[in-house]
Amino acid sequence: MNFPILSAIISIPAIGAIFILITQGSEKNIEKNSKYVAIFSSIVNFLLSLFLWFSFDKTISDFQFIENKIWINGFINFQLGIDGISILFIILTTFITPICIFSGISSIKHKIKEFLIAILVLETLMLGVFCSLDLVIFYLFFEGGLIPMFLIIGIWGGSRRVYSAFKFFLFTLLGSVLMLVAIISIYWITGSTDVIKLLNLTIPEKYQYLLWLAFFSSFAVKMPMWPVHTWLPDAHVEAPTTGSVILAAILLKMAGYGFIRFSLGLFPVASDYFTPFIFSLSVIAIIYTSLVALMQEDMKKLIAYSSVAHMGFVSIGIFSLTKQGMEGSIIQMLSHGLISAALFLCVGVLYDRMQSRAISSYSGLVNVMPKYSLVFMIFTLGALGLPGTSGFVGEFLILVGVFQKSIITAFFASFGVILGAAYMLWLYKRIIFGKILNSELKKLKDLNKTEFYILYLLAFLVLFFGFYPEPLLNTIDISIDNVIKNYQVDLNLFLSQRNN
Amino acid sequence: MEYAILFLPLFSSIISGFFGKRIGEFYSQIISSILVAISGILSVILFYKVFVNDYSSNKIIFTWITSGNFNSNWSIYIDSLTVVMLVVVSLISSLIHFYSIGYMSHDPHKPRFMSYLSLFTFSMLTLVTADNFLQLFFGWEGVGLCSYLLIGFWYKKSSANAAAIKAFIVNRVGDFGFAIGIFLIFFFYKTLNYNEVFAMTPYFITKEIVFLGLNLNLITLICLMLFIGAMGKSAQIFLHTWLPDAMEGPTPVSALIHAATMVTAGVFLVVRCSPIFEYSQFALNVVTVVGMTTAFFAATIALVQNDIKKIVAYSTCSQLGYMFFAAGIGAYHVAMFHLFTHAFFKALLFLGSGCVIHSFKDEQDIRLMGGVWRKIPYTYILMIIGTLALTGFPFLSGYYSKDAIIEFAYSKDSLIGYSATFIGVLTAFLTSIYSWRLIFKTFHGKYNNKENNLNSIKDSTLIMLIPSFLLAMGAIFVGFIFKEIFIGKESLDFWGKAIFFLGDISHEHPPTWLLILTPLIVTLSIPLSYYVYIKNDKITKYLVLKYNFLYNFLLNKWYFDELYTFIFVQPLKKIGFFLWKKGDLDTIDKYGPDGVSKIIKIISNKAVNFQSGYLYHYAFVMLLSFSILLTYLILR
Repeated sequence: MNFPILSAIISIPAIGAIFILITQGSEKNIEKNSKYVAIFSSIVNFLLSLFLWFSFDKTISDFQFIENKIWINGFINFQLGIDGISILFIILTTFITPICIFSGISSIKHKIKEFLIAILVLETLMLGVFCSLDLVIFYLFFEGGLIPMFLIIGIWGGSRRVYSAFKFFLFTLLGSVLMLVAIISIYWITGSTDVIKLLNLTIPEKYQYLLWLAFFSSFAVKMPMWPVHTWLPDAHVEAPTTGSVILAAILLKMAGYGFIRFSLGLFPVASDYFTPFIFSLSVIAIIYTSLVALMQEDMKKLIAYSSVAHMGFVSIGIFSLTKQGMEGSIIQMLSHGLISAALFLCVGVLYDRMQSRAISSYSGLVNVMPKYSLVFMIFTLGALGLPGTSGFVGEFLILVGVFQKSIITAFFASFGVILGAAYMLWLYKRIIFGKILNSELKKLKDLNKTEFYILYLLAFLVLFFGFYPEPLLNTIDISIDNVIKNYQVDLNLFLSQRNN
Repeated sequence: MEYAILFLPLFSSIISGFFGKRIGEFYSQIISSILVAISGILSVILFYKVFVNDYSSNKIIFTWITSGNFNSNWSIYIDSLTVVMLVVVSLISSLIHFYSIGYMSHDPHKPRFMSYLSLFTFSMLTLVTADNFLQLFFGWEGVGLCSYLLIGFWYKKSSANAAAIKAFIVNRVGDFGFAIGIFLIFFFYKTLNYNEVFAMTPYFITKEIVFLGLNLNLITLICLMLFIGAMGKSAQIFLHTWLPDAMEGPTPVSALIHAATMVTAGVFLVVRCSPIFEYSQFALNVVTVVGMTTAFFAATIALVQNDIKKIVAYSTCSQLGYMFFAAGIGAYHVAMFHLFTHAFFKALLFLGSGCVIHSFKDEQDIRLMGGVWRKIPYTYILMIIGTLALTGFPFLSGYYSKDAIIEFAYSKDSLIGYSATFIGVLTAFLTSIYSWRLIFKTFHGKYNNKENNLNSIKDSTLIMLIPSFLLAMGAIFVGFIFKEIFIGKESLDFWGKAIFFLGDISHEHPPTWLLILTPLIVTLSIPLSYYVYIKNDKITKYLVLKYNFLYNFLLNKWYFDELYTFIFVQPLKKIGFFLWKKGDLDTIDKYGPDGVSKIIKIISNKAVNFQSGYLYHYAFVMLLSFSILLTYLILR
């Protein structure tokens, strides 16, 4: 592979951002040009990543498209590469970003140029996370993503945006500092931060537990897991629609990806040791946040809490270390990426029209917005995991997988499925059905063209992957096998050593 | 042909759902009815093919989910059990499509209604044609969704919305059990394909597993979990509360979904899984007891209800109980026969009630009707036929199937068999009483409706009467015609591998007194209820006063709704609120981020004091530190 396609995918949005930065001319001209640049670069990037998917070889388990450049001699190599797991997250990122740009253009009213720069920079950083095969590079991208997100919430957010932005920052920073320490110690212990090398050698058992906890503290916050989830509802509520979409669809997934790639890959013994801990936290998260979601009065908060519950499924799936559980987790992350993005866009549609996120300010919308009601119904069903939507495939596979590891975890996690139906349908009923109580609602217009195409495209994908998830499952198949195999080999090695 | 049967309803749904506005209300109604009717006719042809040629097939449409050793397909599986369901579902569905053209004639959302009906038919067909548990589950939840959409069809009524959500969530509780059952099956069998699972079951008979700290037999546990799912869908006691509320939906919906098809999915599941259930006597006993209890309990409630559709709904609940206890005592074929006949007469009763409601301009309370049988003779006759068939009046279809259940229970010759017989006869009596109460209160006696002039009460239009008439033909004749095929001596050849019997089926003749008992009771109860409810209604009034507590207990449906609100709904809401306010805000946030920032603020406020700016403060601190350091060094 001569053409550095991964570097290209990572840098295209950044280049776009630079172009926007240097555009000059009248206010109007700048705005127009920056919109075109943003749309163009994000769509080109999406097409390029699709091309990457097609040229990706699904039959080999090694990392592909590897690029390696020396950055700091003997210490850090700028190493990129992907496997079946990362490719799907790359597609998700490059797919969601243009959607965010389209929706941002129509709803953001001030500082549009800066906003587009922030989104594009964020895309670059997120793509970097999924491509990097060096711990330091990973760390830089992973934490770098905080800054544009922090700005998006802090500048374009709602009234309590500063509080939320700081809360978001505090929580995530706490975790990342520990991860940085852990990365430094890994370099100290093994003399390398090269992920491919690290995956092949084994870190002594005595270090694994602490290192695992350090990585965990960072991922747990991002995921987010109970009890460090409270930043998420606040961040979502105050973030502009686009911010929420990126946060829910992609940023949260970086933690799940991190668990699979690093926690399992580098510290198998510790992962095995802490599995019950993860299971309990996740089950608590599923039931706790579902109940909390039931009582929310703010639509965005409700969806945010439901995200925590859905990500609880993801973490039990990953740590079930079964084929079904892990594949389910990845499908669940992708599907949640589509569904939660769509749900936040749906809330955004209403917020743009009425400037309110309170459930009580809406009722009987089906009378005036039939197209909206239909598409919202599809996402509601996706969120509650109805068979035929992508949400079901993920949840079902996860539960099948977890059931083989721990019946009781699967049993209690399944309660989340009942509660999920309750809070989603109740939300839907309150805002969509019934009579119109507020006369202002009568003037509401149904979806405009942009909204229509975006939402129906997402709905189509949710249904398509619900009926035919094979393209996704095919892609991750070998890579997941590989992760499980490496994990088992390492773990067995340790166990046999310990027994001797 | 299988593809056409399955996908025509889907096309119909898409056409009227997405293009309904473009092609117009009339055409979308006609097209969807015709498409579903074609599917119905094809099912009948397929039934014939299976019956005559022993045809069976298993077509794989495409792969759904593969993950490691987990594999499931979209499939069409045809055997005798499937074709029976196909005929019931698509035939009755097509009649109801036509009926809806008339019933919904004043509704502004006809294409949407048609689209939901067809979508329901499609989901139900995928349910019955599955060759694996996962597709079954898809259909299972799919019909649940359509039921949700159709119950809440009149979305402006808040009671309809509440009923819709209730139906979905109560069903989810059942599905929770069903899902656990599926997980268990996959965990031990490593497959979800029916034939593979059924073939392996004998090897797991003695397998014990620890489940939630209990030592349980695997087969029993699987059966019980699947049965929880069946209880939810088929509205058996404890999970029945959604069915009466579901009557908020338009009446054709009640006829199709909540009488003929969807609610029988639970029975279908148990019969389909007969190769598993047969190996667990305990699970079968549970099925019998739950079925018996439901049959009796729902019949008692039906005695005192005043809403015409609720009476029929409780009657459905009760009849489903019959089917379950038939399956529980091992008479799967009889359960299927009752399912088959019940579909016709119960759908007829609902359509008849729909005609009554239509004639009374949306009045559903039978206390506000009466004395109109001459005004609406066709409706009257239809309702009489439905009632006769339901109560098991000799030689109508209900007679053959219900009596077969009671006889079979008796021939079991066991405690559970005899109690089932007793409950069966008792419930047959109650059924007769409440059914005739409905007829007499609705059509006889004084005219009690103040809103409508007696002369304005008219029969419904032909488009409603013809489908009802066809169902009435079914209600009269299907029992007689299909008796031999379903439960006769040769019936086991027809069922073939679709139903599994571990032991032999006894064909002993039950004693003659039993054969006469039930028909006699149901016949005698006609004059009895006429006397009690029309001629001398002082008796009922006296009973109501004397046993007021019992009356209220029945009128309030054994207080199940109140109980559930008290045990589940309120506490869950309170817990949710508590966790949010006290858990998230007052604990995690207070001691987490807010706490940290507060402490930092306090420390920095204190730290500010150090920078007083006075030279002598700094000098003092320097001196003090220096002396401490010195002391330390000396003492070391």
